[in-house]
Amino acid sequence: MKRDNKDRSAFTRRALLIGTAQLGVFGAIAAKLYNLQVSQHGKYATLAQANSISERLVAPERGLITDRFGTILAGNQQHWRALFMQALAPDPQAVLANFARLVALSDDEQARIAADLSDRPGYIPVLLKDYLDWQDMAAIEVNTPDLPGVIVEVGASRVYPLGPGLAHAVGYVARPNKREAQTDTVLALPGMRIGRTGAEAAQDLALRGSPGFVQTETNVHGEIVREVAHDNGTPGETVALSIDAGLQALAVQSFADNAGAAVVLDVLTGEILAMVSTPSFDPSLFDKGVSAADWSGWMADEKHPLQNKATSGLFAPGSTFKPTVALAAMKSGALTADTVLTCTGSFTLGDHVFWCDNHTAHGSITLTTALQVSCDVFFYQVALMTGIDRIAEMAHQLGIATDLGVDLPNASPGFVPTHAWAKRRGIYWAEGSTVVQGIGQGYTQVTPLALATMIARVASGVAVGPHITRRIGGALQPGSTPNAWLPLDIDDRHLAVVRQGLFEVVNTPAGTAYKDRLMLPNVQMAGKTGTAQVHNDTTAEKQKNFNDMTLPWDERPNALFVGFAPVDAPRYAVAIVMEHGNWGATSAAPIARDLITYALTHDPAGRDTPLNPPAVAALSSGTNVATAAPAAAQPGTVVQ
Amino acid sequence: MNTYALSLHRPFRDRSFGLVRKFLRINWLFVLCVCLLAGVGYAALYSAAGGSPQPYANSQIFRFFTALLMMLAIAMIDIRVIAKLSWVTYALGIVLLLVVMKFGHTGLGAKRWMTIGGIEIQPSELMKLFLVLSLAQYFHRASHERTGNILFLLPAVLAVLLPVGLILKEPNLGTAVIVALIGGTVMLGAGVRWWKFALVIAVVAIAAPVLYHHLHDYQRARIVTFLNPGSDPLGAGYNIIQSKIALGSGGFSGQGYLHGTQNQLNFLPEKQTDFVFTIIAEEFGFVGSMAVLGLLFSIVSIALYTAVCCAHPFGRLVALGIGANFFLYCFVNLSMVMGLIPVGGVPLPLISYGGSALTAVMLGFGVLMSVHVHRDVEFAVKDF
Repeated sequence: MKRDNKDRSAFTRRALLIGTAQLGVFGAIAAKLYNLQVSQHGKYATLAQANSISERLVAPERGLITDRFGTILAGNQQHWRALFMQALAPDPQAVLANFARLVALSDDEQARIAADLSDRPGYIPVLLKDYLDWQDMAAIEVNTPDLPGVIVEVGASRVYPLGPGLAHAVGYVARPNKREAQTDTVLALPGMRIGRTGAEAAQDLALRGSPGFVQTETNVHGEIVREVAHDNGTPGETVALSIDAGLQALAVQSFADNAGAAVVLDVLTGEILAMVSTPSFDPSLFDKGVSAADWSGWMADEKHPLQNKATSGLFAPGSTFKPTVALAAMKSGALTADTVLTCTGSFTLGDHVFWCDNHTAHGSITLTTALQVSCDVFFYQVALMTGIDRIAEMAHQLGIATDLGVDLPNASPGFVPTHAWAKRRGIYWAEGSTVVQGIGQGYTQVTPLALATMIARVASGVAVGPHITRRIGGALQPGSTPNAWLPLDIDDRHLAVVRQGLFEVVNTPAGTAYKDRLMLPNVQMAGKTGTAQVHNDTTAEKQKNFNDMTLPWDERPNALFVGFAPVDAPRYAVAIVMEHGNWGATSAAPIARDLITYALTHDPAGRDTPLNPPAVAALSSGTNVATAAPAAAQPGTVVQ
Repeated sequence: MNTYALSLHRPFRDRSFGLVRKFLRINWLFVLCVCLLAGVGYAALYSAAGGSPQPYANSQIFRFFTALLMMLAIAMIDIRVIAKLSWVTYALGIVLLLVVMKFGHTGLGAKRWMTIGGIEIQPSELMKLFLVLSLAQYFHRASHERTGNILFLLPAVLAVLLPVGLILKEPNLGTAVIVALIGGTVMLGAGVRWWKFALVIAVVAIAAPVLYHHLHDYQRARIVTFLNPGSDPLGAGYNIIQSKIALGSGGFSGQGYLHGTQNQLNFLPEKQTDFVFTIIAEEFGFVGSMAVLGLLFSIVSIALYTAVCCAHPFGRLVALGIGANFFLYCFVNLSMVMGLIPVGGVPLPLISYGGSALTAVMLGFGVLMSVHVHRDVEFAVKDF
């Protein structure tokens, strides 16, 4: 018993020792817990925050731009791009260095990334590299652990299926610049594009959509554990233009290599059915960023490919201005349908001689004949009788040198001189200046769009305004229906006389555009040719039978044509300007005839579905326009 | 002796007192602590499932009540019967270890589990208890003088090394070390001289670098990861980092029940098992983790108290060993969660999800309670 007690005491001592040791260990654990949970709480709470959910915005898909029948003019093509969420990276600079080792980055790109990193909020990822190829993708995938915060995602690049053919009307997009990205953070998102020209710019807000977001759970290393929520945002609205892609393709084809512009309008609604400016450029280049070589090439080109000549190209209207002068004269009472004026081949004012075209003497003629044969001397006299202020007033009413309100950016109104303007500018207004106004030379400058508007208003008697946006998100835009526009303040009888003259231009053998008359049964086109000098005539040029083709290209006259059809119920108006194309009758009128023929046979006006879908499909795909158009021109032929 | 004064109860020298009296002699404070810990476990597992009793909490509490009944039943078994069976159970444990090596399930790269009658069993867990019993039985009859005899100690050392070797073969380094430490604790309680422990520690310290070369790759990886958690961010070190973030982000008073971001967002894979403590620490903060720590230490203390109160050496050593086992569980698990020692598959007893550890621990507690109930039975050296 003694021994037992002795053993027990020894055990109790050792047990208490063990207990003390265990208490010590628990104490140490408690101390460590205090250290972790209380002393270092701030540090770990921050890490837990970084751990949890991160949200980043994703760019919405840009809306489509289609023609009036739904043919896609601007769409989106998927590609892969690498983004960087710097909030997810413990050491962003190290990650960037790793990335640069895997994927080649130019100095420019590195500078842009550094700039983006410094001024983007945390939920906006920074674009590292767009248009990743498979090699880049593989390199990034394999090295994911070294690239915390790097995200590979599908992006969309803007593509233009019809390419250069619609580059000016549809426009192009580019990356927002730094200032834009700062004013609207959504624009700072990788993949966001901003419309720079054309409909892309005009309807930019509708096309943009609203951004979505991705919520991901990430661990402290910035690696994504899983996706919590994904919202693609709202894609931009589909914008349907009033353009008919088939008509547009035909217009592009008709110009071939020539520089110029063409506009086809619906005379009742003002819808732009085709708008061409040549030469053109590939609008998709701007999406990726234009190279310096491309840019300087365009800048050096004497044909100015980047300019939309249809809305901002300024040309002397030449004889296409004569209907305006005639209407102004009739409105002033200086001229009636029966007024006879005599052309002797020249007109002398003071000591200056103004020649009729090629010194031709047209004799004693009335207005319709003067329009028919495009007699200059007749209109010299009419201009003098009317005065430039009345001509300018009529020009403004017909859409020349006035803000047309077209829904395209950078449209130029053009210019028509007035006495007030001359006085303001300190210009002495000689009567001779008024004389050349009669034939659309001198100070007057118009855009092809204004010319098309003018002839559309003459044809319809309605003050239609040209516009290109037909539907946004399916909703028909105001002004797309015939009764949306007010009548012109012009006497119908005056309009009838001018229309008769324009009819004779095309449909009588003596007319300047007789060979360009329509080859369709029971339907005619009316129109007016124009040949506008681009500089003051030299002595040689004033000689009879001077051949303008001997001039250098950029000194040759511009060829113009305005017209409408059908004569008895006008629906389509066309304006063609071919730069340095010499004669309106030979260069511009045939294009107008082809376009009007196509318009009449396919009748796109007021429609949302094509009359002849297969033909439109063939044209819009850019193939075989030359064969399709003449087939359509055959009387009675139904194009399949 | 003064140690008698620690006993709160009048000694029962009667060899056969009734079941009801035995039942009342159970240390109900201890049972309360065990139940409280199981309640904490329920809450933690409810939270681990994102605020749902499925799939962890309900099935675990069912297992607990089953194990609690088993514990109370074992507490009724006479400690002398248990002592007589100790070598049988030891042999059974060795057989199970051999069987699991041949036919066991492979989990986490090691054969540790086997299923008997639908119950998952980890023989190494049972072996801890069986080793304690057999060692206690062996030293029960040893005088202080005999424990000083190296030849007498040799069978005991071999009895420890055999299961340690088998568990190392599984391979399960963590459990093998724990088994060795439990054996050591029992021997310490039995009166083995201090210098012998010092010698063993010195030998292990010298042999450790050699042993390191014989470790499995994953074991080495764990040690390397422990020494430098950043070296393997997505491997074991990931768990340590995430676990520390969970603990640290809890702060003093916690993020609130069911509101721990680390827990609710699943940054810790399998957090319902080994890392269950992070849920409590994150959601209830330092206050909560101290409360759990207090409960755990209460169990360790009561086991030690039971040992000190016991009149016979067998019961003393068994209680000491079982307490040490529980203490080591807690120590290894908590240290692991805090990144203090290499990660090993050691759950936090009574709280972690899983059946085999719970069963083994409650089995031990049953024996512990049996010691307590039979703390003053006639159980002399000569009786054996």
